[in-house]
Amino acid sequence: MYAIEFKNVSFRYEEEQPYVLRNVSFQVEAGEWLAIIGHNGSGKSTIAKLMNGLLFPTEGEIIINGIPLNEENIWEIRRQVGMVFQNPDNQFVGTTVRDDVAFGLENRGVPRAEMMDRITSSLEQVRMQDYLLHEPYRLSGGQKQRVAIAGVLAISPSVIILDEATAMLDPLGRKEILDTVHHVQAAQQLGLITITHDLNEVMQAHRVLVMNDGEIWTTTVPRELVKRQTELQQIGLDVPFVTQLAHALERQGITLDEQPIDHEELLDALWTLHSNK
Amino acid sequence: MTGSLSSWQIWQVINMNNLLIVGQYVPTNSIVHRMDPRIKMLIIFFYVIFIFFANNIVSYALFTVFAVGGTLLTKVPWRFIAKGLTPVWFLIVFTFILHLFVTKEGTVLVNVFGLPIYSGALEQGAVISLRFFLLILLTSLLTLTTTPIEITDGVESLLGPLRRFKFPVHELALMMSISLRFIPTLLQETEKISNAQASRGVDFRTGPFRERVRAVIPLLVPLFVSAFKRAEELAMAMEARGYRGGEGRTKLRELQVMKRDVAALVIFIIVVAAALITRDYS
Repeated sequence: MYAIEFKNVSFRYEEEQPYVLRNVSFQVEAGEWLAIIGHNGSGKSTIAKLMNGLLFPTEGEIIINGIPLNEENIWEIRRQVGMVFQNPDNQFVGTTVRDDVAFGLENRGVPRAEMMDRITSSLEQVRMQDYLLHEPYRLSGGQKQRVAIAGVLAISPSVIILDEATAMLDPLGRKEILDTVHHVQAAQQLGLITITHDLNEVMQAHRVLVMNDGEIWTTTVPRELVKRQTELQQIGLDVPFVTQLAHALERQGITLDEQPIDHEELLDALWTLHSNK
Repeated sequence: MTGSLSSWQIWQVINMNNLLIVGQYVPTNSIVHRMDPRIKMLIIFFYVIFIFFANNIVSYALFTVFAVGGTLLTKVPWRFIAKGLTPVWFLIVFTFILHLFVTKEGTVLVNVFGLPIYSGALEQGAVISLRFFLLILLTSLLTLTTTPIEITDGVESLLGPLRRFKFPVHELALMMSISLRFIPTLLQETEKISNAQASRGVDFRTGPFRERVRAVIPLLVPLFVSAFKRAEELAMAMEARGYRGGEGRTKLRELQVMKRDVAALVIFIIVVAAALITRDYS
């Protein structure tokens, strides 16, 4: 059984309109981190909304933890699939951090006594426990997104989707969020789906699904993906600096043993380069 | 900073007109602050009704002692209370003067510019002004000692019985709390847009009134567009978080009637009963 399974899913907003998604099939296993990447309008955000029942597929089938997605069990599916959106301000419902984390629990009729425990523990997981009574305007973008993640964790989902959740943050906030979800995902063996247009953010993922014009362009691991620099640029994706440097070195006749995926690996490859020969 | 408005100034403009109940809260954590908002609202509601039954010195004294005593208990500095009363001072004085000249009861005390002032007029004017003053004083205590969100919770709970008549109580309360949450966000946004427009040469501060009003349009249009966009995204986020109306929902913030609330209510009932007994029935 997969955490999420898409079977030949196609989607368009209205009849007579072009398809936004065409015949998309993929699976996500429990505890797996899948990154979905693509340029604007490639259909990646549509996939996110389909997983949560915010949209329904025009054709095909979506199965979440063995439950087929339809109008009847949509609430059960929304309990299992938590979602964090792009704009930190436009998903903060409560007047304080505590009230916002409680929102999802209140919606599901969780008893009050249990609510308090769940709020504290989920805020601890994102290290926001000291901000319990803060109003949203006193928090940074990154902190608001961490509260949003806590709100999702509080309902103990089996899958978390980050739909461009870092796009509006500064580099520090971005790192904060990715570290937080990575940590939580590993600790709880959650399925994690991050949707982004930034290749830098897919490097830690287990698998990458590249979307282009409503179709799956490829599914691979990050290390393999960055080898295809020119193809990626053709579909409108910027290749990370580390990869660019590795390719530039190659053109100069310096070949690294393995394609580095972050600064550390690049550094290691460079300073061991000479002794390897 | 040529012609743009800071969010603080916009804030002041809003508060100046006292259109919003936000921003008046003075946190002193007194016993009145810690009271159940529902009890506070109930007391104020019935106070407003029963003060009209007072008709002699004793009954008015009872209501005055209750309102002033309550004010002292809040520990809110007098200048904050005075600030809350500023817009109505004029009305209170005006009512008094009006009564002075219009009422023609009792004996003539003195002639002002050929107009006779009767003793009954002085009495009547003083009584009406006092009543007016007490009403404003007590109601302003609510916003001075209760946060907007507590008021929202109180309203939701008090209107609860109306749910039977299909009145959307929960939705109303949620709308109120979401509005409260977005006020600072929209103020920040207004400041941003105001700066952006000022940098393009729009002048909000100088020129004739009509032109300043016209300058607000390029401020309002983008603000509305973005507010609608926010609303749409918020609705989606709420749905994704399992929101489906008030049915089967639990609440984190729970109102509880404590001993102090019961005590306040008992004191209030004694005051009202005493006033009803001592008033003139002839």
